[in-house]
Amino acid sequence: MNLHKLTSRLCPKATQKFRHLHIQSSGQQLEAVAVETASAEANPLSVFRTSERDPTYHSEGHSGQYYTLPPTHIQKLFPYGLPPRFQLQIKTFNEGCVMVRPPALELISYLKRADYSKPPLRYVLYGDIGTGKTMSLCHALHYCYSQGWLIVHVPDAHLWVKNCKELLPSSSRPSRFDQPIQASQWLKNFKITNERFLSKLKTTQRYVWTKRESTEKGQPLGELIDQGVNRMKSSSDVVGAVLRELRLQAGGATEGEGAFKLAVAVDGVNALWGKTSLKKEDRTMPEELTLIHNLRKMMKNNWSGGAILTALSQTGSVFKPRSAYLPSELLGEEGFDNMEPFVPVSVSNYNEKEFESCYLYYLDRNWLQHPHSRSEEGKKELIFLSNKNPSILERLCAFL
Amino acid sequence: MAASGCRGVRSILWKYGSCGKNFCVSRSKTVPQLPVRQICVSSSLWKKNLAAAGPQKFTQEFIDKQVEEFEVGKRHLANMMGEDPETFTQEDIDRSIAYLFPSGLFEKRARPVMKHPDEIFPKQTAIQWDAEGRPFHFLFYTGRQSYYSLLHDVYEKILAIERHQDKMRNKGLFTSETKQILLTGSRWLLKEEIEEYLVENISDHDYVRLIQLMEKLLSMPYCSLEEEFILKFRKQLEAQSSKHEIPALQYDPQGVAFSVADGRRKTAKASITLRDSGSGNITINGRNYLHCFPLLQDREQLMFPLHFVGMLGRFDIEGSVEGSGHSAQAGALRLAISRALLSFVSEGEVERIRQAGLLTADPRIRERKKPGQEGARKKFTWKKR
Repeated sequence: MNLHKLTSRLCPKATQKFRHLHIQSSGQQLEAVAVETASAEANPLSVFRTSERDPTYHSEGHSGQYYTLPPTHIQKLFPYGLPPRFQLQIKTFNEGCVMVRPPALELISYLKRADYSKPPLRYVLYGDIGTGKTMSLCHALHYCYSQGWLIVHVPDAHLWVKNCKELLPSSSRPSRFDQPIQASQWLKNFKITNERFLSKLKTTQRYVWTKRESTEKGQPLGELIDQGVNRMKSSSDVVGAVLRELRLQAGGATEGEGAFKLAVAVDGVNALWGKTSLKKEDRTMPEELTLIHNLRKMMKNNWSGGAILTALSQTGSVFKPRSAYLPSELLGEEGFDNMEPFVPVSVSNYNEKEFESCYLYYLDRNWLQHPHSRSEEGKKELIFLSNKNPSILERLCAFL
Repeated sequence: MAASGCRGVRSILWKYGSCGKNFCVSRSKTVPQLPVRQICVSSSLWKKNLAAAGPQKFTQEFIDKQVEEFEVGKRHLANMMGEDPETFTQEDIDRSIAYLFPSGLFEKRARPVMKHPDEIFPKQTAIQWDAEGRPFHFLFYTGRQSYYSLLHDVYEKILAIERHQDKMRNKGLFTSETKQILLTGSRWLLKEEIEEYLVENISDHDYVRLIQLMEKLLSMPYCSLEEEFILKFRKQLEAQSSKHEIPALQYDPQGVAFSVADGRRKTAKASITLRDSGSGNITINGRNYLHCFPLLQDREQLMFPLHFVGMLGRFDIEGSVEGSGHSAQAGALRLAISRALLSFVSEGEVERIRQAGLLTADPRIRERKKPGQEGARKKFTWKKR
């Protein structure tokens, strides 16, 4: 019962009709296999797709259907925010399609109904490995972006807690440690995502970086960020400063130009209170990391005018067993106390309808090349082998 | 097979023993009597070079004495075990010996055994020449007298059938549709079995010739005359599938059918309950099988029996497994699932499943490390000096 591994046939057809603009095609790994056939144009509303592109209008009726992410949004909002496999899929299929699923819908409905004059609500997406927590988070984030919020997105907090090449002692405080590379990277992404806000927001106090450099009060936020990007040494402190500014100004002006809502999205939030695998040069564990410290302050709900969306993640976590997926297990005691109270949203495997829809999507994209996979038998095999787990199904179909 | 009616065998046994006994005196006086056709005993050891043992290591008297002792011993054993000596069968003997002399040896043939001497002492050819050294059999100097005499017998039968055919033709009663011998479900005896039957070594070439001759006999229309003779050289094949015991189908209080089965592979033991009218959920040791077997290969192993029968989404499986590694656990579960499936499936399907190899327990286990070597096979570094 060996499922044959066929290499995906690369046959770019002559007529490639583009429904939308090219998204980032660096042409590194995969060539575009997807072909916009005439039939797809003819019936735009196939069973598994919806033409509704705005997450604001997604509702229960759309549950199980795929909607297309506009490529401009992908470029702006998710330079590194999407899961790596999904990014590969976007490149292959030439479009980014996300399935509308109940957890994301739930989250969006909470966001719609929340009161933003009060301290922000914390939402925690939890679930088994590969059930779609990160994707639901991105879906909700897309909603926030289309509503015009300011996005603070940490794609994976685990990256800040392990495998750091450089670890510098902090310039401002003696006991803390900086991670310049990660901080500057994050600042660049932040800049891309929130272009339009950078000129509007102003700093509220004076920041001194070194003896010669400082940022005055009232400077636009863009300058602060440029400061951090250019001067790697102080980038972590810049991150802290930016977060602080945003916290102060989020709920401040309710009308006028300065009004904005802040969405803080952290994936792998259990990294903030877990152990680090980093070591100093003399091989001892650092006590405090600047980035982590600042993020933790962000997680507290002592500000107003926004929402905190988080997702737990076991895959990147250090020192956690594979079977742990509940918030209490992954966050640990300290994390749980800090995060409480929060709204838990559970994410589970596909149900029948969602599986059907995913299967049809792959068929439509010609992703399932093996002739047996198009039959009923093949579908049953797929159901059995993946147990309707999204990530396992995706990996399985990848070599069919 | 050999004990009953071996007419073809000519192992001639003198009534007189080879070591001189009180019969020696009468030997010189009387003419050597006609050979007594003795029933040959069967050998319990395969591949033993019977012919090379040489004629008659054990005398007939010795063997008779052993038989007497065996009978007496059997009665003693029956008394010891408190059973009726008259109806004490060989199975009872085996059971009693296993009880009285428990042995932990792995090799079954090394354990204490009490069997009829016919089964223990190998078949042997008797002395084939008389006092003056003249052989009895006319084919003695071929070196393989039993084999060639068998060939002669078969050819005689062929000639007899041909004569019979001619007679029928003369009478005008010749028909080609005569009763045919049923040969399905049986096979020719193997070379080793023929060797045992003839108490002689034969080569592959000889064996092939013998089979060809038998086939020629079979090709004649009136071969049913010699049916008895031919069937002596055929062995019945047992239908394998009848050996598998099918676990009983039990019913829930709700009326849902389920069956329980076990499976083992390489120190991993699995036991499962297969429930009908489910939806393809599999729970192992309380956890989802996706957690237990993150590897695709293991899940494919679990899928194999259900997919083969075509009942993928129909059953719910809950099971427990322990021991060994993930691959062995998957194999144990697969065997357990196949066995449990037997009760939900028809007879023909059972045979198909058996032929697919789903019901065979994988006998491979970890090979023992030997002294003087690194591992089971790996040797220490070989140094020339």
